[in-house]
Amino acid sequence: MTIFRDIGQYLLMLSGMISRPENAKMYWKEFIHQCSEIGIGSVGIVVIISIFMGAVSTVQTAYQLVSPVIPISVIAQVVRDTVILEFAPTLVCIVLAGVVGSKIASELGNMRVSEQIDALEIMGINSKTYLVLPKIVAALVVIPMLVIIAGVLGIWGGRLAGSMTGIVPPSTFDQGLLDAFEPFKVIFALYKAYTFAFIISSISAYFGYYVKGGALEIGRASTRAVVISCILILFADYVLAALLL
Amino acid sequence: MIEVKNIKKSFGDKVVIEDVSAVMKAGQCNLIIGTSGSGKTVLMKCMVGLFEPDDGEILYNGENFIKMNRNEKTEIRKQIGMLFQGSALFDSLTVQENVMFPLNMFTTWPTKKKVERVNEVLDRVNLKDTNKKFPAELSGGMKKRVGIARAIVLNPKYLFCDEPNSGLDPQTSLVIDRLIKEITLEYNITTVVNTHDMNSVMEVGSYVLYMYQGKKEWEGTNKQIIFSKNQRLNEFIFASEFLKDAKEMRMLEETGKMPNDRNIDDMIK
Repeated sequence: MTIFRDIGQYLLMLSGMISRPENAKMYWKEFIHQCSEIGIGSVGIVVIISIFMGAVSTVQTAYQLVSPVIPISVIAQVVRDTVILEFAPTLVCIVLAGVVGSKIASELGNMRVSEQIDALEIMGINSKTYLVLPKIVAALVVIPMLVIIAGVLGIWGGRLAGSMTGIVPPSTFDQGLLDAFEPFKVIFALYKAYTFAFIISSISAYFGYYVKGGALEIGRASTRAVVISCILILFADYVLAALLL
Repeated sequence: MIEVKNIKKSFGDKVVIEDVSAVMKAGQCNLIIGTSGSGKTVLMKCMVGLFEPDDGEILYNGENFIKMNRNEKTEIRKQIGMLFQGSALFDSLTVQENVMFPLNMFTTWPTKKKVERVNEVLDRVNLKDTNKKFPAELSGGMKKRVGIARAIVLNPKYLFCDEPNSGLDPQTSLVIDRLIKEITLEYNITTVVNTHDMNSVMEVGSYVLYMYQGKKEWEGTNKQIIFSKNQRLNEFIFASEFLKDAKEMRMLEETGKMPNDRNIDDMIK
């Protein structure tokens, strides 16, 4: 029964945040603040993960492709498609569920426990609109950008690893990148990015917004937000792949 | 003026407030007192709309708050200031930004005018030169005063204070109590204070509503408390031998059998 209550409350939160802002300027300021928090705060980890996942992809693909019949440039194709289709959107978003999701849940949880959300409501401000909506919109704007950065850096990391280890010369890698390239794969990666961004921000906001208790419950809510977001990301990943590919 | 009429509130099977009515007038401090779990916080949250009562009416100057739509409630809420138990200041904002927040949200004043107003209310709560500090850098008493400054910055008609003295030393409590009383009189605000601090009751309680197990057990003024024969009220307010002695002294003073020549200001120095 708890799951149905949670789903209902989650939907009520989403519908409750759609209202006219009391002051558009303040909401815009909050949106920009959230873009900075989610985007700038996550760039470092995204850069590190992306470069290494591309590098590892190149090395492991080369290790598995031992047939002399298959040209070396295929390694670049495999790295490109793996990074664009799966690693950049899914892996990065799972990491972001940890980084951004726990931050959103704990921030809202702390605001709830310390009555800051009640203070907003008493002032006549729709706390869902002011606190949750900017986070979701900021995630929808910033996370796809991070996924694009992750894709580019992932491929660049693969190229770098290929060059440094001597597995694939840069010119061969570049040639492989252009072979049989389908732009839809990038579009598909963006579909995933938007879906995952919504999941990360809204699920984390839900668990944070409805925290009851104290510091212990904030920690639990944060953990639940990350776990549920990761599960839903993987589920949505499968559904999108089954529907769109 | 706020009128509470036959308010009932339950959580599941547990009845928390049962048929409570009260009239809280403007220009005076109206206190809700009672032991922990007596329903005073729930009653206050019902009054400000954080909880919806199961039955009854809450009238703000004759208008039923419960029946209002969201926009009408928002208009009433703009006239409400609230001081929370933990002050509820926004951690990421400075004192100035905290106090300015309602002005930023609900006025189109130029920044200069807003800063002037912020300085005015900070000055009123005796907090000069703290504009750039963050809540984490303030003491408990200072946080409460910032909370009061934020609550009154939009010139509210109604001020709600949820346990304003919790976690404060007696001297700082007295300062906060007096500040609330002064502001109430100065701006003719309808102030509702939820407390179980007996000093507050005797210091500012123009109207006192004593709640016991979710019901209204007693109501009157702080002077009437001294002469009240209600056993539960007496056990709650004058719990220690020291307070019982103090009550007897006050009774003698009130009846003129003992001169009242004490000066509290001298005593707390």
